Amino acid sequence: MYPGDLVYHKEHEWVRVEGDVAVIGISHFAQDQLGEVVYVDLPSTGDAVTADETFGEIESVKSVSELYSPVSGEIVEVNDALSDTPETVNADPYGDGWMIKVKMSDASEIDALMSAGDYEAFVNE
Amino acid sequence: MSDQLYKTPLYEEHIALGARMVPFAGWAMPVQYEGIIEEHKATRSSAGLFDVCHMGQVRVFGFGAFDFLQSLLTNDLGLIATLGEAQYTLMCDEDGGIIDDLIVYHTGDLEYMIVVNASNRETDLDWMRARLAESVHAAEVEIADESDRTALLALQGPRALEIIGELAGEGFEPPARFTIAEARLDATPVLLARTGYTGEDGVEIVCHAAHAAGLWRMLLSFPEVTPCGLGARDTLRLEMGYPLYGQDMDRGVDPVSAGLGWTVARDKGPFVGSEAIERVREAGAQRRLTGLLVDGAVPRPGMSVLHDGVEVGKVASGTYSPTLSTGIATSYVPVALSEAGTVLEVAVRKKTVRAVVTRPPFVRSTSLSKAQA
Repeated sequence: MYPGDLVYHKEHEWVRVEGDVAVIGISHFAQDQLGEVVYVDLPSTGDAVTADETFGEIESVKSVSELYSPVSGEIVEVNDALSDTPETVNADPYGDGWMIKVKMSDASEIDALMSAGDYEAFVNE
Repeated sequence: MSDQLYKTPLYEEHIALGARMVPFAGWAMPVQYEGIIEEHKATRSSAGLFDVCHMGQVRVFGFGAFDFLQSLLTNDLGLIATLGEAQYTLMCDEDGGIIDDLIVYHTGDLEYMIVVNASNRETDLDWMRARLAESVHAAEVEIADESDRTALLALQGPRALEIIGELAGEGFEPPARFTIAEARLDATPVLLARTGYTGEDGVEIVCHAAHAAGLWRMLLSFPEVTPCGLGARDTLRLEMGYPLYGQDMDRGVDPVSAGLGWTVARDKGPFVGSEAIERVREAGAQRRLTGLLVDGAVPRPGMSVLHDGVEVGKVASGTYSPTLSTGIATSYVPVALSEAGTVLEVAVRKKTVRAVVTRPPFVRSTSLSKAQA
């Protein structure tokens, strides 16, 4: 449920590091808590994001959550498919349900994030 | 889950099914099992099973029962003179404020069963008993709160009646729409009411609390039946524009403004609130409960409804419509802005989204609309 090649933020986003780019989505725990996702509101390519600050929001029938960026940098790609098929976030949170790709301005921010094991312990608290 | 919450006779069933439990009107209730949208669609396409044991049942009986209720409730009880008939009605205060919305079932000679909202059970009983005490019928009417020993399950959807038919056995004829009748499901004695809150055909099943879990399991043994929580109940009812007490109306609203003028009899004689409601009818309502189709976000209760950037109301009920894949809401807006097609906006956190005034039901084709066509 929490792939070992990812690192995790306390607001339940994950990061897959690909060179100097961070691919960002939300965890299995987050999508399960939300329930069936009906809207994903994402920023645009070229926008700046800051670590621990919001970059968008996600809605299910019953609730809405803000999305927090685990890293700082510039958005280089947005998963536009989620506007038509937001349920992909539930079905494949670590794959096709990714949300944004960020060219990191400070790769050391990754060190502050949790490993899969630490994150799993965190959500089970 | 807090220990102070009431538990329905089906609480252990919900836990066993892995339901997500939430507090609702003082009760621990399932909001969803597998998912609200999935459960919603199962009800629209096959059959959904709902625990609605939190609702209250009040039995009113005696030689004065008809006259007393006729003086207490807004609808004309004379319209359900035949045994088994049922009616949607309101209980109002002297100012025409809505105390509760109710279904009254004519369950027997000199006897009616009233289903009340869970959140209003005590208020309703106190009100009814106080009005009875000062009534000329005080000596000839009994009010009995049957809620604790009475269970209520709803089986709703296009397949609901065939499932009930299988359990009821040969020769079973389902009750007509908006009537109630005795039946046995397998061996369990029940009252079957052809009513519901989903817009689908189906039944609400009244039984003794001790039989609820057995009946629940028996109904779930049919692969066509999906257990559904309060989440789906809310999306289903709002797609039909059915009002929810506490969101769409309360003590501060009269029936005419709530769009429920059709439940207020004009010529049955005086009843509690009749003069106040008549005054609203003559003067015309200032605001009206209005349906909204909302783009690009889920409208939620309390959000501002805007016209040309100026707040003209608040979202009363709001949710996502799984059938239409869009936001739907109700709001009290000035009558001048309540015409279908009027374009308003809803303020959703940092943005505003388009909201078009639409006369409910938002979803027009269901097993119920087809059965009535």
